[in-house]
Amino acid sequence: MGRFHRHDDGTVHSHDHDHDHDHGHGDHSGYATGTERIEVLEAIFAENDNRADINRKAFESNGIRALNLMSSPGSGKTTVLGATLDELAGEFAIGIIEGDIATDLDAAKLAGRGAQISLLNTNNGFGGECHLDAPMVNRAIGGLDLTALDLVIVENVGNLVCPAEFDVGEHAKAMVYSVTEGEDKPLKYPVMFRSVDVVLLNKIDLVPHLDADVDTYISRVREVNPDAIILPVSARTGEGMDAWFTWLRAFVR
Amino acid sequence: MHELSLCRAIAGVVKSHAGERRVDVVRVRVGALRQVVPDSLAFCWTIVRDDEDMPDAELELEFVTAEVHCLSCGKQSEIESRFSVACPQCTSADVTVVHGEEFLVTSVDVT
Repeated sequence: MGRFHRHDDGTVHSHDHDHDHDHGHGDHSGYATGTERIEVLEAIFAENDNRADINRKAFESNGIRALNLMSSPGSGKTTVLGATLDELAGEFAIGIIEGDIATDLDAAKLAGRGAQISLLNTNNGFGGECHLDAPMVNRAIGGLDLTALDLVIVENVGNLVCPAEFDVGEHAKAMVYSVTEGEDKPLKYPVMFRSVDVVLLNKIDLVPHLDADVDTYISRVREVNPDAIILPVSARTGEGMDAWFTWLRAFVR
Repeated sequence: MHELSLCRAIAGVVKSHAGERRVDVVRVRVGALRQVVPDSLAFCWTIVRDDEDMPDAELELEFVTAEVHCLSCGKQSEIESRFSVACPQCTSADVTVVHGEEFLVTSVDVT
């Protein structure tokens, strides 16, 4: 297997390591004597996954089901959530963890619609995290009264790459994928599309105005994820949303 | 941004094993289905290692080719495409990923 690494002088290269450390790439002082190799074999997401299990247990000990909702920016997650609260907030108690790099604009849109909302801005550090991880969600849980809730929806940061990698303690993953994004996205972002249980194919009210074919969108999702439930909807007009509400009701029970 | 988070996670794993010793080499195994850009990871590592107090730690990446077991035709194959995990023999998407999702620190050299 090729190995790839960067040296202090900035050169990057790849080569096979079927030999031990006597390979003379610059000055590795300390290599010859006193060096010990520690076998680690530890998953890089292990710490995140441990924290995710803690979150999951916190949800479960309060009888809560948790959903991680992901998508690209502008696909309609917040509109889907608003319509969901309008339909279901009277049936069961919903908490929203609202992840955004900056601003409380989404939280403001959802305020006053019958849910507890915990806002989580991720813009500390290097210009804003591109996803929510388990420790961040753990902090946001502190902003919710879990004893009063049946369902927690985590609205992840809009991004088709990073959120797919991080378990935040959910019981299922859903994504919003709108017909304005292009039918090639499942093939370009297979990790995200393979990770989800449900795909809401949103903005189908725009199909007459676009060069878009719903069947093609569905078959592209199927190519990378044969098991996903795919629900064509328009969160704006309400078309198809009953199927989503039915899925959520079954998920909560 | 993604690779920066990954480097921080790598440094966390390394520290828990290396303790106070100087870290010389960090070996990471990456599956082809992980969305890791090697150049970007290597660059971010040069920033994170200073921040994490292991400025001498060299990052070595070992790549693992993606491999799937097809539930339709029963064959096991390597995957060339970076865009699809469909079976290269029969094009079915009904596959189990055998290799390609690895992302772990395999070993570290300390002094």
